This record gives sequence, C-alpha cells and structure tokens, in this order.
Amino acid sequence: MATLLEVKDLRTYFYTYEGVVKAVDGISYEVEEGETLAIVGESGCGKSVGALSLMRLIPDPPGKIIDGEILFDGEDVLKVDLDDMREIRGGKMSMVFQEPMTSLNPVLTVERQLSETLQLHKEMSRSEAAKEAVNLLERVGIPDPESRVKQYPHQFSGGMRQRVMIAMALSCNPRLIIADEPTTALDVTIQAQILELMKSLTTEFGVALIIITHNLGVVARYADRVNIMYGGKIIERGTAQEIYADPKHPYTRGLLKSVPRLDLPRTDKLDPIEGQPPDLVDPPAGCVFRERCPDPTEECKQGSIEMKLIEVSPGHWVDQCCVNCG
Amino acid sequence: MTTQTKDEAIKTDTLLEVKNLKMHFPVTAGIVFQREVASIKAVDDISFDVLRGETFGLVGESGCGKTTTGRCILQLNTPTAGSIKFEGNELTEFTGSEMRSMRKEMQVIFQDPYSSLNPRMTTGGIVGEPLVVHGLVDGKNEYRDRVEELLTNVGLNPYMAERYPHEFSGGQRQRIGVARALSVNPKFIVCDEPVSALDVSIQAQLINLLEELQQKLQLTYLFIAHDLSVVRHISNRVAVMYLGHIVEIADRDEIYANPIHPYTRALLSAVPIPDPVIDAQRERVLLAGDVPSPLNPPSGCVFRTRCPKPTDECRDGHSTMGLIEKSPGHWVDQCCVNCG
Repeated sequence: MATLLEVKDLRTYFYTYEGVVKAVDGISYEVEEGETLAIVGESGCGKSVGALSLMRLIPDPPGKIIDGEILFDGEDVLKVDLDDMREIRGGKMSMVFQEPMTSLNPVLTVERQLSETLQLHKEMSRSEAAKEAVNLLERVGIPDPESRVKQYPHQFSGGMRQRVMIAMALSCNPRLIIADEPTTALDVTIQAQILELMKSLTTEFGVALIIITHNLGVVARYADRVNIMYGGKIIERGTAQEIYADPKHPYTRGLLKSVPRLDLPRTDKLDPIEGQPPDLVDPPAGCVFRERCPDPTEECKQGSIEMKLIEVSPGHWVDQCCVNCG
Repeated sequence: MTTQTKDEAIKTDTLLEVKNLKMHFPVTAGIVFQREVASIKAVDDISFDVLRGETFGLVGESGCGKTTTGRCILQLNTPTAGSIKFEGNELTEFTGSEMRSMRKEMQVIFQDPYSSLNPRMTTGGIVGEPLVVHGLVDGKNEYRDRVEELLTNVGLNPYMAERYPHEFSGGQRQRIGVARALSVNPKFIVCDEPVSALDVSIQAQLINLLEELQQKLQLTYLFIAHDLSVVRHISNRVAVMYLGHIVEIADRDEIYANPIHPYTRALLSAVPIPDPVIDAQRERVLLAGDVPSPLNPPSGCVFRTRCPKPTDECRDGHSTMGLIEKSPGHWVDQCCVNCG
C-alpha cells in the first residue's frame, strides 16, 4: 500500500504567559492508504493538537507549528497557501469532532450544513446538493432521511448528531478522515454503533482513518496500527496486534493494566500508574515518562537520555530509553 | 483483605431501603400561569435494598435516571412518590432540620471535579466546612488537625490545605471531593460517576482509594456509573437501569456471568476489551436506535422499541413491567425473561 500521509518531526508549541507549552514535540509517523490508525494518550498529551496541526487548525496566536513536514499525498501541507488549504480541508482531508453538540451549527438545518461542503468542494447546485444530503444521511443509517434532513441539530440525539458529522466528513470523498474522540461523549451502546459504522464506511470507500482516543480498549477492534503518545511525544508505535499483545513501553503496559477487564477474572486491586502526567511548560529533562516510570534505569533517572524511537521488531518502534527499564 | 472475606464481611442487615420510588419532573407551559403539560418520568417505580458494608452498583446509559435516583435518596430532589428508609427512618417524612442532621450519615461524591468545588474556597475550607456546619470540632486546633487527617487519608499533602481548586489536577480534585464527603464520618456515600471524568491511569488510583477507605471506615457505597468494567470491579451487587426502570438486579458475579435481560447483555457486549484477538471473537449484541424520550416512553415494556427479539405481547405494548426472582438474588424484569 502506498503512503498517504507522512508526518516528519512535527512540533507545535503554544506561547502562553506561563511559558512555552510544547504540546507536540517532534512526532513522526505515517498513514497508509485505507488503513485505520489509532492515536492513544491521556488528556494533555498532545494527541488533539497533533491532529489539528494536520489540518492547520491551530489557533495562531498562541499556537504555532514551528517545525516539521506534513506530506499529504506527496504535498507538504505546511507549505500550501491558505486558499489551497481550504480545498484540502473538508475535501481531501476531513474531520469528525468529539462534541457533536457543539460542532454543528444550531441555527442551520442539517441539509444546509451538509450541502455547504458539497456546493463548495464539488460545485454542485443547491438542489443537487440537497439530494446528495439525503443520500448521505441514508448511508450513515439515519432512518427517514427525507424528513430528517430538514431538521435542526437539536432535534437529533447525540448518536444521530455524530452520524451527521460522519456524513459531513464523508461527503466529498476524502482520502483521510481524522476522528477526534468520536465516541467519548456517547453512551456505550451508541459508541459501539458509531465505531462499527465508521469502520464499515471507511472500508467501503477505502478512506484512511485516524481515530484519536484516550481509551485503548475502544480501538482494539478497529485499529490496524496504534501510536501511543505521552507528554507531546510518541513513545511507542506499531501494529495493533503487537501493541496489545506485546507492549514494550512501561506506559503502554500501565495503560493496559489500569483498566479493569471484563474478560479476565476480577482482581482485588487495580494497578494504576502512580503520579500525574508532566507539566508541558516544564517537562522533565530526558525521558518525559521518567517521573512515573515504575523501574527507571540509573541513567534515565538522571535525565540524561535523549528520547528517540528505535525499531525493536519490524514496524514496532519504542522509545530507546524505556526499552531497558520497567 | 481478600474479595471473599469482603463479601463475607457484609452483614445481612439493610442500611437503605428504596421502595416504589418515583420521580416525575413536570414540564410546564405558559408564562404567567404555568400549567403542567407533561411529565418526565426520570425514575418510575424502582425498589432496591442496599446492605450495610456493601457497594451497590447502579449502571445505565445517560438519561436512564441513575443520578436522579441518587439525588432522591439524599433528598436533594423531593421524590414524587415512594419510600426511602435509611436505618429504618423514613427520609421522605423528615423535616428540613431533621434531614440536615441526617446528612452527617449520608454524603455524596459528584461526577465533575471541576464544577463541584467552590473555586473561591481553599481546599482546607472546602474539606472543613462540613465540620463547622455540623459542629463536629471544638476550636481551631482540632479543626486543623482533622482537616490534615482527612487530606492525608485521601493521599494529599496537609500543606495543600492552603491551595485553591484550580491548582490541582482532575484526579487530585476528585480526592478533595472524597475528603469533603468523609469529613462528617458518614456511613453511606453516593458516588455519582466519580471516575468518569478522569483519565484511565488516574481512574485506577481513585478506585483503589475508594476501596481502601471503604475497608478502613466501614463505608457503604451506592456506586453510580456507566462503565461496566469499573462497576464489576468495585461492586458487590449490581442493578441495571433503563429509562427510569430497574431491569435487572443480581450479585456481581451472577450478573456478569449470566445476564438475562437483553439490555444487560447488549451493554456487556458493547464494553470494549483491550485485546484485538479476544475482542474480535466476541459475540456482539448491537442495539438498534436510541433510547426513547422519557417524556413519552413506550407503553408496556420500556425496552420493547430496542429489544432484539420481543415477544408478540411485548411488541404490542401490553406487557407490564416488574421484577421477578429468576434464581436466588437474581431479579429480572418479567417481560424480558421470555424475549431476546
């Protein structure tokens, strides 16, 4: 498969009164055509900022992409001018946000919101776009699309709104969809519905999908590959099978161990990762994880190890510092 | 203490008894003369007991009435009908001042650690206020010692008493919420989704803390949550709610091993398992559609619109809801025993 997206050494910093927040600090990864990549990490680890950077949606000021390359379809997204960027956003690359309540416009009908992108990117007439909007709603499994399309977002439930968002993201036949915590605001039964829908639609249309989530469990079934982020850096990446079956980084192992599992016998005590995520204004020197590492090496404790991914088995990359500890 | 002994340690006496509890919120129309045009049946005729020393899990999706149930028990909402007995006392008949002293016995930990702490009060003030309100301490020294003890108990440093909530992370704030609830030495705590706003690695810290405190202080919890794997970990018995009704109650091991109600089965199968191989082999019960509006719930069995395999009687909305005991201690809604 060909590489669709290649991110090289991306750095996005925020300049605040407290200091420079290194929200994304040198991440590199690829997305193949049609594959599903999961980016997993806790709040504040830079996963959303990393995704917004791909679309160049970082508010500037205070944010700034200070370094790196984002090669999408062979073209560096960071170098195109703003008009061309508009073509890419919603056209070749689209996004599904976390909060379906706040990301739809409450005063426009669903039809208007769906046809807007179609008229803009596909140059459809208003009536063509309206017809296509009904098609799209049907495709994402909304019953009675002809009458639903005339309704406003508040008349839809949370799960339905997320379906509308997915319809919108799919509308212009994108090559890549970025879903930022698409199911976090939804109930478990609805969450399962939405993920099944996203997976089947992306497979059907051969669209690559980046799912951002804080819950490793949610994506186990759907992801082809997984990137684990911590403190603005990718600390482990590999195929889903390897990450879940043979996690190398102590943080990945900690994440997997700290959730109680329904398929295993109940244990008396959970195994949390002690401590708090690092403050990104003043991250620890050396390995960002060392303050929470259960068993750091002497060298690591002193903060003298530089962070860098090394390949431990084909396609499975782990931070070089933590390969030896924990 | 192992699980087994914790289960055994639960005495058989009932601490809290909820009977036929109903909470209907009126929907009004008109500006000056407000008339009631409909009611939202947030909780509709539920009954359960909570035994002393146990953790009773209450699970369900948003809008099923689990939080309202918790609030009714604490008399934060006045129930429309039903009885709530705490250690034999009928709470619904209590006067305001009687209820106020009762609050020493029953406390609550809220879901959102960002909005449930007063941003203008120091941590010490937040934790210490209940002590002053209920007159539990004499003099400044005792007050300070008690606040320090409470903060230490929940894993915070005593010097943090001077700090304000915004200086803490989500997990630490939730610890402050726990310390506040513990300050009056309650017997019973309603934990309303205490971990769902926290990151997974921090969730485990808080759950361990709640379990330690339960053992140390002989607490009884009503644990409200939507995450079934967390509820399995912490609860002794579990009740599943759907649209204002309890559809299944059983011991933890029983309900997770032999779920009978189709909704419980669907909920369990929707819980993701962080292992792609195992997860792919599991049978999935995907429910169609959304939860109906509690303004206009389906007649008969409330679950019938989403039931994968309803009986004919149920589909027509003629069945009546009510729990029946399938096996000792395992109660299921009578309608859905036969379907699905």
